[in-house]
Amino acid sequence: MNFDFSDDQKQLRDEARRFLTEKCPPKAVREVIDGKATYDRELWKGLADMGFLGVAIPEAFGGSGAGHLELCVIAEEMGRALAPVPFSSTVYLAAEALMLAGSDAQKQKWLPAIASGAAVGTLALFEGSGNPSPGAIKLTASNGTLNGIKKPVPDGAVADFAIVAARTASTGRETDISLFLVDLTSEGVEAKALTNIDPSRGQAEISFKNVKAELLGPANEGWSILTRVLDRAAVLIAFEQVGGADRALEMGRDYALDRIAFGRQIGSFQAVKHMLADMYVSATLARSNCYYGAWALSTNASELPEAAAAARISATQAFQHCAKNNIQVHGGMGFTWEFDCHLYYRRSNALALGLGSLSYWEDALIDRMRQRNAAA
Amino acid sequence: MNFDDTPQEAAFRAEAKAWIAANAPKQYEDELKKASLGRIQLRSANILEVAKAWQKKKADAGWAVPHWPKDYGGRRASPIERVIWQQEEGVFGKLGALFIIGHGMCGPTMMAYAAEDQKRHYLPPLASGENIWCQLFSEPAGGSDVAGLRTRAEKDGADWVINGQKIWTSGAHYSDYGILITRTDPTVPKHKGLTMFFLDMKSPGVEVKPIKQANGQAEFNEVYFTDVRIPDAQRLGAVGDGWNVSLTTLMNERMAIGANVATGFPELFEFCNNLMLEDGLAIDDRAVRSKLASWAVRASGLKYTSFRAISALSRGERPGPENSIGKLVAGAMLQDVATYALDLQGAAGVLSGPDDAEAAGKFQAMLLRSPATRVEGGTDEILRNIIAERVLGLPGDIRVDKDVPFNKIPTKGR
Repeated sequence: MNFDFSDDQKQLRDEARRFLTEKCPPKAVREVIDGKATYDRELWKGLADMGFLGVAIPEAFGGSGAGHLELCVIAEEMGRALAPVPFSSTVYLAAEALMLAGSDAQKQKWLPAIASGAAVGTLALFEGSGNPSPGAIKLTASNGTLNGIKKPVPDGAVADFAIVAARTASTGRETDISLFLVDLTSEGVEAKALTNIDPSRGQAEISFKNVKAELLGPANEGWSILTRVLDRAAVLIAFEQVGGADRALEMGRDYALDRIAFGRQIGSFQAVKHMLADMYVSATLARSNCYYGAWALSTNASELPEAAAAARISATQAFQHCAKNNIQVHGGMGFTWEFDCHLYYRRSNALALGLGSLSYWEDALIDRMRQRNAAA
Repeated sequence: MNFDDTPQEAAFRAEAKAWIAANAPKQYEDELKKASLGRIQLRSANILEVAKAWQKKKADAGWAVPHWPKDYGGRRASPIERVIWQQEEGVFGKLGALFIIGHGMCGPTMMAYAAEDQKRHYLPPLASGENIWCQLFSEPAGGSDVAGLRTRAEKDGADWVINGQKIWTSGAHYSDYGILITRTDPTVPKHKGLTMFFLDMKSPGVEVKPIKQANGQAEFNEVYFTDVRIPDAQRLGAVGDGWNVSLTTLMNERMAIGANVATGFPELFEFCNNLMLEDGLAIDDRAVRSKLASWAVRASGLKYTSFRAISALSRGERPGPENSIGKLVAGAMLQDVATYALDLQGAAGVLSGPDDAEAAGKFQAMLLRSPATRVEGGTDEILRNIIAERVLGLPGDIRVDKDVPFNKIPTKGR
């Protein structure tokens, strides 16, 4: 059994960490949080130059074709550094959807542009409150013309194109939904940035008024494609969450070692030690679930849907747990704007929602476990 | 990333599998599969006899304690081969419960500290299960604080004379030998005045009394020592070095990897998959699903954490510290899972036993046994301290008794 990343993959992780430590310090995250930029364009360019944007994109489409395990280790570092760039929307959602369902021409047009950093993409799925469900999609497509409103759309205000989930029929079945590829510079598209709990990553409302769009994948198969895209993105975002959880744990540990109160390091009090030990437990369980997700993703295993849901739930819980308790270990200082604790707290809660909240994934996990159980 | 054996591992697995298929006591397979937490009982046979027979059969073929040296009853299997053996032995491994302490703790301590002729004399029958060993560490005054123990050993000629009491000794009532930690010098700080011995449990003055547990069962014992004489030749390590010797024992306890810790999750999943509530199957209920999902990812997290440790072994590396979370996660989960299973049963959840309770009473039994899991072999709090100190590098507790002679440490809180 070799249930671990290879030496080359670990080297890539180290390389990504060095790169991000230098190019994406907390100061860079704060530039975006403070509204001085919509995202860190210089970092984006750097990620392209390092080959990170196209690591899972085949060489024929401008990527390096290294694979998804390589993307997982990069994702972990992106999460750890809180990189304020539209990486997850572009790479985990848009590129994955294109690779799963795009025509050759669509792939030729957009994948090389993603790999080179020239294009930002996203997935426009949600329409207000609620978790992913075919019934919640009201935006219509008829004869290749879209009408409706999507929100929140991650990185929607800075994206060049979007994969849009649209209603093409009203039978009450999953087959009512089709996916469309939309150039967001098209006439009739209007994007508006929305405030959100994690300003290091943008959220937007995009309205579509008689917008011409082309199908992505076969008509009426949008929901099944979307489910697969969400599963794949769930594994990748789970790695971001694990990276964030580990960093939040480290910050808490370091502060507990530095801070003196009652004449001793606060990390010598069991109340603090045990809180940190529990954070370590959460982060470790999440990492192990994520490794299984990475294996399933990289091998296209039939176990992927269950593995993805488990990784998603475990990593969501771990990042939220570590980020909130990191503030607790820091005490009052943890609640200042100046300390970085709130950046992780914000990100942990934003990532917990972006692909659908815990309840969606809990349902998905139990459904999938039952299917396996029934098949066995 | 893959789950495949290397060619050598595959060859070892095939050999183990074939031997087990040809030799395992299959007539008990179903009963062992269903065996719940705590001491296993068989309907049709005496578990002690069945376990000893299986262990002896393994010993004759060199499978008794595969990772031990050949001279002491093993076959020098590598750490990864040891894991593969456990995987293949599967449910029959439950029969090894009687020997875990002997093989996992007493044997390695003997190997590290006993004289060569003693090792050759005592270890092979320990490996083969002909002799069962117990570990006499915990005391009424020394649980988590093992070094606070008070059992005295005083030198008298070529012997040591032992007086005192041990508690929570698993299997003392059927053990042939034990390793015993004692206080030989109460005038020095507590860690410095300890000495380790091994002894024959049939020595005059040893009295074993079962402890009736909170769940009504009796898996453990109190052991009383009254003027028990142990020859100095049975001392393990130097006089006053007992603490270091005991660390060898305890480190070996924590090296056991790949052993599946019970979480209760598979049982709960199956239960919810079949239980009808007022408006349908429990597993279709939103609230039930949420709970199940949270426990599912803890159970799978433990499973894949052990896979990571096994992968390290397979590469010839030492597993990382992540393995230390197993019992901490599983113990609390077992208790929570049991509590929830009873909750789902409503008022009838109060009924216990195989005849009247849901699921043959397994969750009621789990509920009543699970508090022990959170205490035995290191309490949840001790395990959190270990993670905080050894993994995260946080400071050790401030120990007010560290430099105080043992006989000056207060013995009562008020």
